[in-house]
Amino acid sequence: MSTTITNIAPEKTATAASQQLSGSQAVLEALLAEKVDTIFGYPGGAIMPIYDALYDYNDRLQHILVRHEQGGIHAAQGYARSSGRVGVVFATSGPGATNLVTGLADAMIDSTPLVAITGQVFAHLLGTDAFQETDVINITTPVTKWNYQVTDATEIPAVLAKAFYIAKSGRPGPVLIDITKNAQVQKFAYEGYKPCDHIRSYRPKPIIRKEYLEEAAKLINAAEKPFVIFGQGVILGKAEKEFRAFIEKAGIPAAWTVLGLSALPTDHPLNVGMLGMHGNYGPNLLTNECDVLIAIGMRFDDRVTGRLDKYAKQAKVIHLDIDPSEIDKNVKATVGVWGDCKETLPMLTKLVEAKVYPQWVERFRACDAEENKEVIFDELHPAGDVMTMGEVIRILNELTGGDAIVVTDVGQHQMVACRYAKFNQSRSNITSGGLGTMGFGLPAAIGAKFGAPERTVVAVIGDGGIQMTIQEFGTIMQFGVNVKILILNNEFLGMVRQWQQLFHDKRYSFVNITSPDYVQVAKGYGIAGQKVTERAQLKQALQSMLEHDGSYLLEVMVGKENNVFPMVPQGCSVSEVRLK
Amino acid sequence: MKQEFTITVYTENHIGLLVRIATMFSRRKINIESMNTSPSEAEGIHRFTIVIHETEDVVRKLARQIEKQVEVLKAYFNTNEEIVWQELALYKVPTDEIAEKVKVERLLREYGARAVVIRKDYTVFETSGHREETEKLVEVLAPYGLIEFVRSARVAIIKQSKGFHEKLKEFEQKEPGEELVENEYLGKREGVFTM
Repeated sequence: MSTTITNIAPEKTATAASQQLSGSQAVLEALLAEKVDTIFGYPGGAIMPIYDALYDYNDRLQHILVRHEQGGIHAAQGYARSSGRVGVVFATSGPGATNLVTGLADAMIDSTPLVAITGQVFAHLLGTDAFQETDVINITTPVTKWNYQVTDATEIPAVLAKAFYIAKSGRPGPVLIDITKNAQVQKFAYEGYKPCDHIRSYRPKPIIRKEYLEEAAKLINAAEKPFVIFGQGVILGKAEKEFRAFIEKAGIPAAWTVLGLSALPTDHPLNVGMLGMHGNYGPNLLTNECDVLIAIGMRFDDRVTGRLDKYAKQAKVIHLDIDPSEIDKNVKATVGVWGDCKETLPMLTKLVEAKVYPQWVERFRACDAEENKEVIFDELHPAGDVMTMGEVIRILNELTGGDAIVVTDVGQHQMVACRYAKFNQSRSNITSGGLGTMGFGLPAAIGAKFGAPERTVVAVIGDGGIQMTIQEFGTIMQFGVNVKILILNNEFLGMVRQWQQLFHDKRYSFVNITSPDYVQVAKGYGIAGQKVTERAQLKQALQSMLEHDGSYLLEVMVGKENNVFPMVPQGCSVSEVRLK
Repeated sequence: MKQEFTITVYTENHIGLLVRIATMFSRRKINIESMNTSPSEAEGIHRFTIVIHETEDVVRKLARQIEKQVEVLKAYFNTNEEIVWQELALYKVPTDEIAEKVKVERLLREYGARAVVIRKDYTVFETSGHREETEKLVEVLAPYGLIEFVRSARVAIIKQSKGFHEKLKEFEQKEPGEELVENEYLGKREGVFTM
């Protein structure tokens, strides 16, 4: 697949015959060669030549016009997360580019493969405070895995090849390519597209050292209370099967981080639940009781570990990660295994003895029973009239059977959805984990649908987050995107309110947020919808939402001052997890 | 315990890399005491020498995060015991002061200063050495009308550098073999290698 020059649109073939392409055409050729099918973007002055070229590529490249560049990049993230491919977003210079920054930061911390292409002013204007000029490269340096400014069209094929290679290899991440307008219009002798598979200063795929795996296996085989905690690395490494084979042979209970969710089916007998601040009781409590802690493709975020100096001090820690800078970053590893878990896990599986730990797994189940009694049952089956977020998710599970992609925004509804949503297959939970970006949910759901058109996509969003990117209703309208928007409205910025209640003497400072009539707003955009205030209508309404042919908005009024529990308060140890 | 560390970073010679490396420090609110960029002994490979005052634990994390950057080949960190280093300093002094005062001449000799430029109105001296040495000369020259003083960043040679010199030479070749991956250093907490 080195050259794809035959794909040039008819009108341009006269120039293509002599292999003369503009920089803009070379950009689009690169996208085709990388098998990109969907671009999310927004045009503007400095990227107009690329959009002009796109006019002729419309039959091969689908461009989704978003309503705001932030929506565009979150959509690209949603696309990447549901499909496992590289998300692509276009934006113009200046404000277009700066509007991408939140999404880049989000993709950076959540390791989402993206290629963002921004237009830039003419090279001769760089540094002159030209109209819509901004120093995008320096602004985005800390939030990109790699970025590069192109000022000469001849660089474009190689730079884009490098961009895609860097974005998707190793620990994935966002790459930004800033292209000056002169380079976009410049014609040059195009010699085809050669995908990049090597950069001498970049080691995306470490050679696995067997002795570390042997050491790890020795610890595991001698363990009495081993515990696996896993993150998105399993999904990014496409190693779900290998992971399952490992825990099943070793018989080790496994808990997930928010981003690791859906890598292991919810009802798997060794799936013991969620880690972290609002994770399940057992996984948090027993982190400080296990004797060998096996961390796979996760980075010991502070929301997972709680207080570090009281985190799993009794345990030997085995840490499998593709990124060597993660090993020993937050938690010192007894054995660090640097490598791609797609390869390390099968090697480890071979080395470990087939075992079961019935008593140890029983400890998790006992914690479950306690959590169920104290928290879960009431959340899922509330006795009072007021609806809970948990019961909405429970009924959603019943109706989807766990086959839907659930995209969430950030806040209480996110924690509730992660805790209670049921998943049968990987790449089903899409959420902003590391950055906690409110406003992520709606555009990410749009992207997720393009990434997995055959699947049902439900965006679970709070009344705060929906209002941050509500303009993307326009994108849904224009492109007929079939996403189900489930707004859980508690008339508060719920998570902040919960903290204010628990840690700030109930001083509710600016968390009281009002909402528009969402059903009317949706209607204005041609999106069907309804609002539910009574439990009696809930199941039917969810059913209508799922069965509706096309996008649908369902607003459910839930308890105003409900809290998410269990909770590991900030600064506390995981073993101090509170059930109320 | 915080101490002086010298971080040596081998990189591609690319625009923007300076900022990318500098933000590794600024994001943790760590002050860079000195930073020097120069070519290395390997063709096309650039070398940053960065001095910071930090704990070994933080420096190790920094070095790993720097090394993770796409265009960085290797990052090493060393204590002062593990390196040989110099800083260059220039001093501009009124020429008549030197000509007339024997004491100044003695001082300059004592500190091994060398004249770079001699003009009627001023003379520029140069010394190199450790910071304490170049700084001391500033102090003693001050009473004699020191007009201007400037000191360069630290440049450092790592004492035990044979191993990575060879690595670097291998990097220089276009297609380094996969055996170059230095995973074997992961478990070795001490020594000059970051991994």
